[in-house]
Amino acid sequence: MTTITDPPRESFRLSQLLYDTRYRSITIQIVALIGFLLLIGWLISNTAQNLADLGKEPSFSFLADPAGYDINQRLIDYDSRDTHLRAAFVGLLNTLLVAVMGCITATVVGVIVGVLRLSNNWLVGRIMTVYVEMFRNVPVLLWIVFTMAIMIEVFPAPRAFRGENPEATMKVFDSVAFTNRGFYVPDILFGHQRLPDEDGNAPAETWRTGLGDFPIGADPDNAACASYYATEGPMAGQPDTGCGKIQISLDLMVLLIVLGGGLYASHRIKKRADRIQQATGDRPTTWWARLAVVVLPFVIAAYALGMHLGYPALKGFNFQGGTHLRNSLIALWLALSLYTAAFIAEIVRSGIMAISSGQTEAAAALGLRPKRIMNLVILPQALRVIIPPLISQYLNLTKNSSLAIAVGYMDITGTLMGITLNQTGRELETVLLTMLIYLTISLLISSVMNWYNNRVKLVER
Amino acid sequence: MKKTVFLGALTVAGLAAGAAAAGTLDDVKARGKLNCGVSTGLAGFSAPDANGEWGGFDVAVCRAVAASVLGDPKAVEFVPTTGKTRFTALASGEIDVLARNTTWTFSRDVDLKFTFVGVNYYDGQGFMVPKALGVSSAKELDGATVCIQTGTTTELNLADFFRSNNISYEPVPIETNAEAQQQYLAGACDVYTTDASGLAATRATFENPGDHVVLPEIISKEPLGPLVRHGDDEWGDIVRWTLNALVAAEELGITSANVKDMASKAGNNPEINRLLGTEGNLGAMFGLSPDWAVNAIAAAGNYGEIFAKNIGEDTPIGLSRGLNAQWTNGGLIYSPPFR
Repeated sequence: MTTITDPPRESFRLSQLLYDTRYRSITIQIVALIGFLLLIGWLISNTAQNLADLGKEPSFSFLADPAGYDINQRLIDYDSRDTHLRAAFVGLLNTLLVAVMGCITATVVGVIVGVLRLSNNWLVGRIMTVYVEMFRNVPVLLWIVFTMAIMIEVFPAPRAFRGENPEATMKVFDSVAFTNRGFYVPDILFGHQRLPDEDGNAPAETWRTGLGDFPIGADPDNAACASYYATEGPMAGQPDTGCGKIQISLDLMVLLIVLGGGLYASHRIKKRADRIQQATGDRPTTWWARLAVVVLPFVIAAYALGMHLGYPALKGFNFQGGTHLRNSLIALWLALSLYTAAFIAEIVRSGIMAISSGQTEAAAALGLRPKRIMNLVILPQALRVIIPPLISQYLNLTKNSSLAIAVGYMDITGTLMGITLNQTGRELETVLLTMLIYLTISLLISSVMNWYNNRVKLVER
Repeated sequence: MKKTVFLGALTVAGLAAGAAAAGTLDDVKARGKLNCGVSTGLAGFSAPDANGEWGGFDVAVCRAVAASVLGDPKAVEFVPTTGKTRFTALASGEIDVLARNTTWTFSRDVDLKFTFVGVNYYDGQGFMVPKALGVSSAKELDGATVCIQTGTTTELNLADFFRSNNISYEPVPIETNAEAQQQYLAGACDVYTTDASGLAATRATFENPGDHVVLPEIISKEPLGPLVRHGDDEWGDIVRWTLNALVAAEELGITSANVKDMASKAGNNPEINRLLGTEGNLGAMFGLSPDWAVNAIAAAGNYGEIFAKNIGEDTPIGLSRGLNAQWTNGGLIYSPPFR
């Protein structure tokens, strides 16, 4: 006979929080969390109290005040009467510019160097090893300063281009000027040049058939927008500098849309060729069709919009016209990309070496040539190993770009956390804002890269 | 935060020194030496020469004060101070007068409790360009590339100047003076801008200083002058009027060469007579000998001589008088009357 007794009823007593191992860990965690939050709260209230005592209550109202300083490299319109916020935004765009340029260059150089370092050619392999070790083992700040020093000392000053027999001349069909203030390259302009009149006199101004610019957030009361809202006159419908928050080149947009459309059409042609190959085994020749759908509409659109190159020319103290790639940008970009490329090269090498040599041998046995083995078999598999550490290299490069001030590149650290901080004395606010901005950029980069990583990683069933 | 601690320390030091330094004149006379605060070395303004003798524009003020008080321009103990230590040194009584290209500002005068006795150099932000550019005015700098030390007020002055003159420029922000010098010399920028006296001193260190010119335009106000502790007005008067005596001497044509001659007997100009003590007794009014001004002028010459000898156009520094010309020549240097 068995007596069935009910299991003792679960009843919760407070002492269980301390003595029952099931609850104890939770108790400890909650207590630790409360302690941590109290510490944070104390830090914040203490900081606020100290700042209040100094008469500097945290406030972001300074962002709306006129900045008062000029910035040389501006991707959007800016002058010294604009606000600190806009100055910070100009700096942010400069940071993003050098980060994007740097990431692309570092990836290209890094992959090439990483692959070449595994080359069977003794000389090539050794040279790449020397490159990697040199760049990896010297602080990036030194590389930045060093590159800048080379830029300044090696290239001629603009005044060397002056005179009857100038010491320096423009290169590449007289279109590019390499100076120690940076490189002046032709830029793309839209609009047809008005032809000389019957007497052979040059016209007063360019007659535009381009679509012009579209100001976002244009204000009818703003004097700079006067001609934008005008219906008559030679420049009617064209906003002046300073009209609207930012201006978008409609010509460029149209060209980009045409180019995008062409690439999409080309992609469809490839898909179709793939389908035919799948079905019949014969691949139709499509290269001319694919080339035509991309190039022809683009050329026609470019001609219609009057696309031409604006060449730099020495006027006064500097070259005018064209695009000015400043020495600070080039030095920072080169140093950051070459430095990061050394790390990426090692990541690529490790990725390739992680693929078993059996893969190479199997591919070779199928008759693939070495270059195709690398491109079609090894690299796609290696990507799975490469991508995760590559993300952190991109993040490093972006964060290292904050060393820009060493060469006077006006990034977000130079504007918001440099001059704005100095002029307004708002240390806490500017540093917090800058941290927040870098955090946002980094999280964006890593989320994009994680998405890409999920696409290329081995799909397991 | 740092600044508060610094100011607090200054206040305490100032209070402690206040009682001790009530009679600076008596202290100096008893000591037989004037303690004068100068810079740690700025060519032309205050720097020791090869023999360790201090010389320069600011040093001359110290020597003149020592000469008028003690009758001996050599009776000076020079105390080198840095930008940070200078005010503490003065407030604590370590030095009797600070002559170290210090800008007269409201907060230094009122908050730090000092008395600026006058201005011996009107400085301001200027521009330096290579002579080869053929530029004679800053208004011709349209489109120029300008090297500038970032994070300073010079940056704001510069933006305002170019904006108000409606000309464009390309700023190249640089962290230190040395880097700016390198970029400027390599031609990476056309113009270097900072305080005009700093420009001149920088230029003097160049291999070929003659290839560079400092443009006449000055775009900000930096009045430099000697200062003493707040609260000892008698001592302040002595330093103030010694400086004025040097200025007045230039205006009246008294030089180190002719001062002894002119002081030997009363001349036709009553103001010269009053200044040199041959008529009335101005010196006795603040407890000095009647020939106090004679000694001061004889020490290093009048204001114009001091300027010409240390930082004038014939020196490596090569500053023109500009604002620092006598008021009779269109400058700002002006002494109240001696009567």
